[in-house]
Amino acid sequence: MKIGTPKEFSVGENRVAMTPESALQLQKLGYECLLERGAGANAGFADSAYEAAGVTLVDGAEALWAQADIVAKVQPPSAEEAGWLTEGKLLISFFWPAANEALMKEAADKGASVIAMDMVPRISRAQKMDALSSMANIAGYRAVIEAGNNFGRFFTGQVTAAGKVPPAKVLIVGAGVAGLAAIGTATSLGAITYAFDVRPEVAEQVESMGAEFVYLDFEEEQADGASSGGYASVSSPEFREAQLAKFRELAPEMDIVITTALIPNREAPELWTPDMVAAMKRGSVIVDLAAERGGNCKLTVKDEKIVTENGVTIVGYTDFPSRMAAQASSLYATNIRHMMTDLTPEKNGTVDHNMEDDVIRGATIAHKHDVTWPPPPPKTKAIAAQKPKEKAPELTPEEKRAREVAAFKAQTRFQVTLLAVGAALMLLVGAFAPASFMSHFIVFALACFVGFQVIWNVSHSLHTPLMAVTNAISGIIILGALLQIGSGSWLVVLLSAISVLIASINIVGGFLVTRRMLAMFQKS
Amino acid sequence: MSIGIVSAAYIAAAVLFILSLGGLSGQESAKRAVWYGITGMALAVVATVFGPGMGNYLILLVMVAAGAFAGQFVAKRVEMTEMPQLVAALHSFVGLAAVFIGFNAHIELGRVLAMSPEQKEALDGFAGVLAHKDSVEQAILKVEVFLGVFIGAVTFTGSVIAFGKLAGKVTSKATKLPGGHMLNAAAAALSLLLLVLYVNGAGFWALGLMTLLAFFIGYHLIMGIGGADMPVVVSMLNSYSGWAASAIGFTLGNDLLIVTGALVGSSGAILSYIMCKAMNRSFVSVILGGFGNTTGPAMEVEGEQVAIDADGVAAALEDADSVIIVPGYGMAVAQAQQNVAELTRRLRAKGKEVRFAIHPVAGRLPGHMNVLLAEAKVPYDIVLEMDEINEDFPDTDVVIVIGSNDIVNPAAQEDPNSPIAGMPVLEVWKAKQVFVSKRGQGTGYSGIENPLFYKENTRMFYGDAKASLGELLNRVE
Repeated sequence: MKIGTPKEFSVGENRVAMTPESALQLQKLGYECLLERGAGANAGFADSAYEAAGVTLVDGAEALWAQADIVAKVQPPSAEEAGWLTEGKLLISFFWPAANEALMKEAADKGASVIAMDMVPRISRAQKMDALSSMANIAGYRAVIEAGNNFGRFFTGQVTAAGKVPPAKVLIVGAGVAGLAAIGTATSLGAITYAFDVRPEVAEQVESMGAEFVYLDFEEEQADGASSGGYASVSSPEFREAQLAKFRELAPEMDIVITTALIPNREAPELWTPDMVAAMKRGSVIVDLAAERGGNCKLTVKDEKIVTENGVTIVGYTDFPSRMAAQASSLYATNIRHMMTDLTPEKNGTVDHNMEDDVIRGATIAHKHDVTWPPPPPKTKAIAAQKPKEKAPELTPEEKRAREVAAFKAQTRFQVTLLAVGAALMLLVGAFAPASFMSHFIVFALACFVGFQVIWNVSHSLHTPLMAVTNAISGIIILGALLQIGSGSWLVVLLSAISVLIASINIVGGFLVTRRMLAMFQKS
Repeated sequence: MSIGIVSAAYIAAAVLFILSLGGLSGQESAKRAVWYGITGMALAVVATVFGPGMGNYLILLVMVAAGAFAGQFVAKRVEMTEMPQLVAALHSFVGLAAVFIGFNAHIELGRVLAMSPEQKEALDGFAGVLAHKDSVEQAILKVEVFLGVFIGAVTFTGSVIAFGKLAGKVTSKATKLPGGHMLNAAAAALSLLLLVLYVNGAGFWALGLMTLLAFFIGYHLIMGIGGADMPVVVSMLNSYSGWAASAIGFTLGNDLLIVTGALVGSSGAILSYIMCKAMNRSFVSVILGGFGNTTGPAMEVEGEQVAIDADGVAAALEDADSVIIVPGYGMAVAQAQQNVAELTRRLRAKGKEVRFAIHPVAGRLPGHMNVLLAEAKVPYDIVLEMDEINEDFPDTDVVIVIGSNDIVNPAAQEDPNSPIAGMPVLEVWKAKQVFVSKRGQGTGYSGIENPLFYKENTRMFYGDAKASLGELLNRVE
């Protein structure tokens, strides 16, 4: 089958859904690749590079739509493009089905199948085709870069001959994919980074990226992200109040605020109120990644950069991925390619639209004349539910001390009991056994004791050589046979001769094999 | 040589043996420690041979020479994967020698007791020692002989069976005769009865019958223990061979034998303890065979095993910065250690961090994996113990599990009803990605389902470990 990618219609969209690299991979799956001439230009991919990768160039969008069986693109189809959909054609793109129901209906009526890249379920297996995550990652990175571009100072603190520079303080609200990417970028630029999220289970991720998690003094059980597929859900008014109070406290200190808080299928919650903006220092920057859905800050103007009266810059761009078109295209093209891999289990260049598959079912919004959105909940849960961890209560130094003393006492008691029992047993033996036996018994007891002390120190990796060596030295039993071999009885001589023979095998074999093994242990 | 000089040599030998075992605390000092052991052994043997009461030098010389030749032949030829068998075989020799020496002591005692007082005075060596014993000492001697023979006999058949199981000549499944452990208990009780009879004057028949019973106990005990418990069995037999030598030492009144036997005995006992601890099972439950009783139905395992081919593994390795390899008995069976080592070298040459995680009971012998990896020239400083590396899994990109199963089973932590609940395991599932090299979709020896294989970050790399790693090597340049 033929898979084609047209030039994007919407103004300001620089991305392209196929790169020369992804085209090579798609051809390995058995597909023939088509591209509208010039489609990759804005993303920095020349037509010649595509040709070199074996892609057939087609002039004009309409021709491409007519030739291709599968159309892969970035933005939802325009009205004109939707008109080119025909029976059996497969469209793969972002679709936002909740906002584009009419378009979805039209596609279904025409009998075309549509896979919405924004509907890929959030399960581990589908991560490689999760285009929302890969775009959010770019947005998070770019948000920090945009902020830095509008911020008049360094991110990192420096002490120079020309004076001391304090480090910038960055607050990231919402630690999803974009938030985490922003945290990583900001910390690697040297800023002191704080992050907040309503899902307490992400604190660990935040801290692993090098930021400090902002905790609230709030009693209520916070909602677990697992029930909502790993996305944030709406929080209670009391919780919101506590959260805003915390932000108000932080606002005067922060140089850069990046808000990424989005709740699926809802308007963005207002988290950064005008009074917080007013409390910020002159020259501070706010980047609102939720601008598309009204913004986490109500002063944000979609697609624009504004400066407030007190000199705070608010960036409301919504096209961060498109501003990094080369990177975004290669990630998006890879997501598409992985989707095609799952759609082509036989690698024979034909689509097997398996509606039993969680991922494919979830992302398909129109198939065989039916609108198949919204999908049933996936069989696999996104994240395993967090088990409430029982935290051991923090011990005070006194308690710790008491515990140590108790442990020490218990150990002493144990040892003394052991010694007492041992001594009693010895006395018992000593009371009945003759002196000649006791002198040997002392030796035996001491040897056991020395053995226990010495063997505990043997390194685990040398347990096999230890066994071989003990094997060799247990050949010491040869002494017994040697002492008896001089006997006058032929039977004794015979038995001890055999014993000498096998004990010698033991000794020589044991030592030699140990040497062989030890010689193999080498340091890098 | 006088008795005094012989004793001095014995003291020196005992000290050298202790130093030899102590030296095994580190890889470098171990190389010196072996020489201490060899010197100690040479001293002891030479002092005994040239000491008082010796004779039949020609037979002795022939036997030592033949034994030494056979020993060095075996030591040179043995494959490192066959180490468990060799160790078991050597244990059986010590056991058999103990049985023979015990018999000899019995015969000598009878011979000496039949002599007239004048003849007794003329005796020296072991017979001389016997001649000077009073009746209480003789009774003790009989107990010692009896014990030495008993332990020796159990060690002998036990080791022979262990050898057979490890070499694949006897089925490695746990098999018991009808009656199970009651048979063993009955045989042991009967032996105890025979001991009482023997001390009270019963003849050789008591000793001989007991030997047969002990042979049976050794055979039946080890037959009832399955393949994965072999590390415990081998170290237990190691311990027994020591106690047998020690008991013989008491019989002969030889302190060096007592000391050495006690050293070996305690070494084996500690090893068994460490192995049991690593499986979270009591020594008794291992010896009595079979896994502990479950307290309820096992947790349902959800999901499916997803297979992957060599290309996929190679690509993941290409992207990884840190890799941990977890080898198990399957690596030894497939003789895959050379391929593993080569893979390690290539990955390290690319600047990736490659380490090995060794569970204490991986393989069929304590420390088995370390020896195999050392043979393949994997540097020992990247081969780490469970406790050293378990915390590093969450920061690891790729874990490759080669031929191990129970030691990486998350059920030990997650499912309180699992037969292996509470056993310390390597937490491989916490890594970003896990590849399991395995022959097929079986549950392996213990028959316990492994939820690791169904985890979302796990991919199954089916096939013989050696062949699939070879394929992987072709793709990792």
